[in-house]
Amino acid sequence: MAAVSLRDVRKSYTPELQVIHGVSMEIKNGEFIVILGPSGCGKSTLLRMVAGLETITGGEIAIGERVVNNLEPKDRDIAMVFQNYALYPHMSVYENMSYGLRIQKMSKAEIDRRVQNAAAILELKNFLARRPRELSGGQRQRVAMGRAIVREPQVFLFDEPLSNLDAKLRVQMRAELQSLHRRLGTTSLFVTHDQVEAMTLAQRMIVMNAGRAEQIGAPLEVYARPATTFVASFIGSPPMNLIPRDGKLLGIRPEHLEPCAAAQAMLTIDVDLIEPLGADILVYGHEVKPGGDASSARVAARLPADAKAQAGKLAVRYAPRNAHWFDPASGKRID
Amino acid sequence: MVENRPWLTFMSQAVLILGVLAVAFPLYVTFIASTLTLEQIMQVPMQLTPGNQLIENYSQVLASGSTKGSRAAASSMLFNSLVMALVIPLGKMAISVISAFAIVYFRFPLRMFFFWMIFVTLMLPVEVRIIPTFKVIADLGMLNTYAGLTIPLIASATATFLFRQFFMTIPDELAEAARVDGASPMQFFVDVLLPLSKTTMAALFVIQFIYGWNQYLWPLLITTDESMYTTVIGIKRMIVGSDAANEWNLIMATAILAMLPPALVVILMQKWFVKGLVETEK
Repeated sequence: MAAVSLRDVRKSYTPELQVIHGVSMEIKNGEFIVILGPSGCGKSTLLRMVAGLETITGGEIAIGERVVNNLEPKDRDIAMVFQNYALYPHMSVYENMSYGLRIQKMSKAEIDRRVQNAAAILELKNFLARRPRELSGGQRQRVAMGRAIVREPQVFLFDEPLSNLDAKLRVQMRAELQSLHRRLGTTSLFVTHDQVEAMTLAQRMIVMNAGRAEQIGAPLEVYARPATTFVASFIGSPPMNLIPRDGKLLGIRPEHLEPCAAAQAMLTIDVDLIEPLGADILVYGHEVKPGGDASSARVAARLPADAKAQAGKLAVRYAPRNAHWFDPASGKRID
Repeated sequence: MVENRPWLTFMSQAVLILGVLAVAFPLYVTFIASTLTLEQIMQVPMQLTPGNQLIENYSQVLASGSTKGSRAAASSMLFNSLVMALVIPLGKMAISVISAFAIVYFRFPLRMFFFWMIFVTLMLPVEVRIIPTFKVIADLGMLNTYAGLTIPLIASATATFLFRQFFMTIPDELAEAARVDGASPMQFFVDVLLPLSKTTMAALFVIQFIYGWNQYLWPLLITTDESMYTTVIGIKRMIVGSDAANEWNLIMATAILAMLPPALVVILMQKWFVKGLVETEK
């Protein structure tokens, strides 16, 4: 296990095409970090730079005390789980997991001990002789994880490992990943575009947008105090409402809006879409300005299941402590 | 089509049967002729039932060839053909799999240039470059040798292209996973790429075995020594003059012998061959 330092890490393919614009972060030993962002934000590139699969154009990456910028992946003491698992199709599960160790010329007994151990943790004992194509998606996922575990690396790198699984399996694997991390305590970097994965797995997360780290922090802290409008609108479902007010942007989460009498209204919504979810009801509409015209700002509200939602005007209020303010030009939070 | 039209069924069956007959009848005549004496063949019309010379004719050609034309024994010619038909596909595969590996997995200057250079040679089959190739082989003293028979036919753009296309379908992550596992490029090549290419290689082997076995023009040019004749050339050299002067029974026996090995290879490798062309193990 080791700490990982990213110091002003940059990546550009050509001088004009820069994809990572300087990311800095100190990852503590044993921490589970999630890198979250939309497609094309550079999150996978950042992970692949830590893995050594992409060259580092600027800055430094250190694993433990060692700067690894110019080291081959195998010398970085990392293990990686790929999105499509990248299992060797012609090798059995046992051979897949032991391939890296066999290359290191580790003794047969030690290889067997490690593989059996990983297979026990991942409940793969009965599948060791099978080929990957004879396994289900979840089992393949576990083999990919097993291949990482047997290396006993300093750092685990996960590149969207759950995105090829169906919804139910994803929830299950998420839980298994969490217990695995508790058990092994290995520093982990996990890339995903799924905010639920990020919120549930991360001890701290990096929210990335267009090659920049918009915010780094614990999931609940990021949720409660988004640093930019991008973070505010990327995390949360539905995302935070952003309503222009007095030259600033008012941010308010849908669950912080509650229906009230028209006289107390802090905000009026012209509701045009209602989604009853059972546990609660989502209503969407345009904000109605004090003059009575609809503004262009879309507003969503999460109402209790017993609320009477109907199309038309809906008066809502919110507690001022739940309001966030942002600068419309820079998108930065104003405290 | 799931239709029940008796006439359509009848017609399609009839066309198929005619097609089979058109292919099979000449083969049948060849076989019959190889069991007759020369006198029986010369009768008009030739009989279409097997004669009693089967063993005599075949042992004659296998041991000592014809008496009038080439005296090369079919057994040594079959061996020469076999050498050619094995060395050419194996050599082609060895060269092209490694060059395709270089082209797909390494970034080096003029990579695409080299690829196109290889690709362009597809337009230059042996027949087109045969005079300069003959000159080179003759100057190197390789006439009437196995090296001369095989080496000029080994370089292959087709196989390189085939392997390149196959490698490009293998996900990049596999190479990256091997890199993280600590495999060197050659270890990745041997441990991952070669096993995955097995079916492609089998298909290629069948095609190239037949290509090597059926070579005609090249061996005809560079073999003058009877001991280096391949079977196909041997048949040609047994034909010496006017119709009546040839020992057709022996020529037909040699022709049957020449047809058997490629047929065997196709039948035995059929499963692998089809697999290699349609399915990839990924």
